[in-house]
Amino acid sequence: MSKFTRREFLKTTAGAAATTSLGVGSATWMQEALAQTKWTPEKGAKLRVLRWKRFVQGDEDLWMANTKKFTEKTGVEVRVDNEGWEDVRPKAAVAANVGSGPDIIVGWFDDPHQYPDKLVDVSDVANYLGGKYGGWYDVCQKYGKRQGKWIALPLAVIGNAIVYRESHVKAAGFDGIPKDTAGFLKLCQAMKAKGTPSGFALGHAVGDGNNWAHWLLWSHGGKLVDDKGVVVVNSKETIAALEYAKQLYETFVPGTLSWLDPSNNKAFLDGQISLTANGISVYYAAKNSPDPKLQEIAKDIQHARFPIGPVGKPTELMQTTQMFLFKYSKAQQAAKAYMAFMMEAEQYNPWMKASIGYTGQSLKAYAANSVWTDDPKATPFRDVASLMLDHAYSGPLGYASAACLADYIVLDMIAAAASGSKTPAEAAAEAQKRAERYYKV
Amino acid sequence: MQKLLNNRHFLGLLFMLPAGVLLLVFLTYPLGLGTWLGFTDAKLGREGVWVGFDNFIYLIGDGVAQLSLFNTLFYTAFASVAKFVLGLWLALLLNRNLPFKSFFRAVVLLPFIVPTALSAIAFWWLYDAQFSVISWTLTRMGLITQYIDFLGDPWNARFSAVAANIWRGVPFVAICLLAGLQTISPSLYEAAALDGATPWQRFRWVTLPLLTPIIAVVMTFSVLFTFTDFQLIYVLTRGGPLNATHLMATLSFQRAISGGSLGEGAALATLMIPFLLAAILFSYFGLQRRAWQQGGKD
Repeated sequence: MSKFTRREFLKTTAGAAATTSLGVGSATWMQEALAQTKWTPEKGAKLRVLRWKRFVQGDEDLWMANTKKFTEKTGVEVRVDNEGWEDVRPKAAVAANVGSGPDIIVGWFDDPHQYPDKLVDVSDVANYLGGKYGGWYDVCQKYGKRQGKWIALPLAVIGNAIVYRESHVKAAGFDGIPKDTAGFLKLCQAMKAKGTPSGFALGHAVGDGNNWAHWLLWSHGGKLVDDKGVVVVNSKETIAALEYAKQLYETFVPGTLSWLDPSNNKAFLDGQISLTANGISVYYAAKNSPDPKLQEIAKDIQHARFPIGPVGKPTELMQTTQMFLFKYSKAQQAAKAYMAFMMEAEQYNPWMKASIGYTGQSLKAYAANSVWTDDPKATPFRDVASLMLDHAYSGPLGYASAACLADYIVLDMIAAAASGSKTPAEAAAEAQKRAERYYKV
Repeated sequence: MQKLLNNRHFLGLLFMLPAGVLLLVFLTYPLGLGTWLGFTDAKLGREGVWVGFDNFIYLIGDGVAQLSLFNTLFYTAFASVAKFVLGLWLALLLNRNLPFKSFFRAVVLLPFIVPTALSAIAFWWLYDAQFSVISWTLTRMGLITQYIDFLGDPWNARFSAVAANIWRGVPFVAICLLAGLQTISPSLYEAAALDGATPWQRFRWVTLPLLTPIIAVVMTFSVLFTFTDFQLIYVLTRGGPLNATHLMATLSFQRAISGGSLGEGAALATLMIPFLLAAILFSYFGLQRRAWQQGGKD
């Protein structure tokens, strides 16, 4: 886990400032020029980009504006297709399989690790960007690299945090969200007693369910696989996590076993729960609503990081999105130029801002973006990439890690133990069996 | 050439060719490919190698797959029987001379016309743990104190899914059976009435035997549709809670597309075929026996 420290930040920005003040021939200018010439688009190159459909309008608007800028600068025509976020994965896989389709795909998680040999090595772009913008966060390096080579460019992390009603937490006798899991449980119990319960998704909620379930497992030292990819989920650490889940579940509002992704947003905005885990969307839904009741809720909303469990370090899971380039592309230089262009400060910073905090930076220098400070309530989302682990933790990314996540193995285990439909020991044993099937290959 | 075109057999084959090609390309090939994939370890984005019955052996021992088989059988059996009973009842009602007959017949079809994805969302709200209008009404009436956990409790979730499926499926059964009822000549009822048959006897000895061929066809379709249902479950629960509503179709999709295990998902889908074949064979050989239709005994 590496945080982009203030010192590092000063180093890069001060360096940049110094060089620009030197005027002509500055290193930055050189680097700029290098970037421009490094990837010369092929003659008559055209690009097709497939990306997930926006969560906020600003994201798409800026993405398209940046793309247009690229076309104006280079003459390369770019067509951008937007697809529902869950449809990108199968489409990318098919493109890899049949060897034709979009040149660049903006996909999810470990998609690139499913077909690494079909992807273009983008180490040159990644190293250039990493060198220029303070380096990539550790977790982004793990997602983007395979055997030392970059096969994808981590674009962003879709941040997730504890969302809560400040007044209700205060009324329960707490001043903010406790930093440890034991204190967190006490808070949830106190909130339940006050009639302002918490609620976390335990149904097959792709984002909200998986995220907090993995945090819970990891926070107690449990994990699906070890460093070598051997399934070790049936452990005493996992049992401890499941025992904790059971106690936490008792403090939830009824019905969380059926919750899908939108359920906690709805319940929170209706005032039925006062604490949950979500992206920044709940806050913006309330803030931008004309309804005075929701306006009041927005003022009361606060965000905080997930508490730290007995392992003593942050163990969060969030959605990572990456850009990758296929070998079948006839315009690989143009594609690299496009990917680099989109992640340059002139494009990336406004894009991040327009995404109002949904997209956390993958390059450390962008932590300075004012989107995190304009509204203090967005600040807890700033360091998401430095706090998270990859979903394959602590094993290798690949087919098995993707399959286990898609099959909800961890989430089902937690839901079964929390609701009491299985004992923690039974739930852990079942998860072990299910995961072993995938990691066998 | 002229001679060939005058040949009845050749001409027959020639005319059948387009249909044959269509069937081959759009039916046989995908089915064959799906079955073949089930015998490989293909992943999304990677071609597989032949692994024999590996996938099937694993699935038979897999707790979630077993549960999905149970869920599918439960879902199909319960929903199909209910759809048949309600559909037949509705058809008999609509077959009478009601005022605004055409209007009612049109209205009955509504659930069938609405796209399933939309009606499923409506049910998702009806069943919501926090916002269910059903729970709200019952609470207001003082009948319950706590909201019903429609989709959070395994058995509640199963029954809720079945209820939504019945709602959607009844019109299809009703309208088809109504069409069948209209083909029955009124003179048969008159003759039966003259013989002093009670309404039940008229139904049992006139309506039912003459309706059996239609029932066989309708119920075959109904069972097939229910067995392979996907949209409703995917929108309502995604197979949750705790996989209690996972049908073989939804699990197959989850494993093959979301999870990338194309081979395993295909194998799971292939496992549905024997059940579907059994349903078809039962209806054709069991319900379409001529002797029985004509009032004879087995």
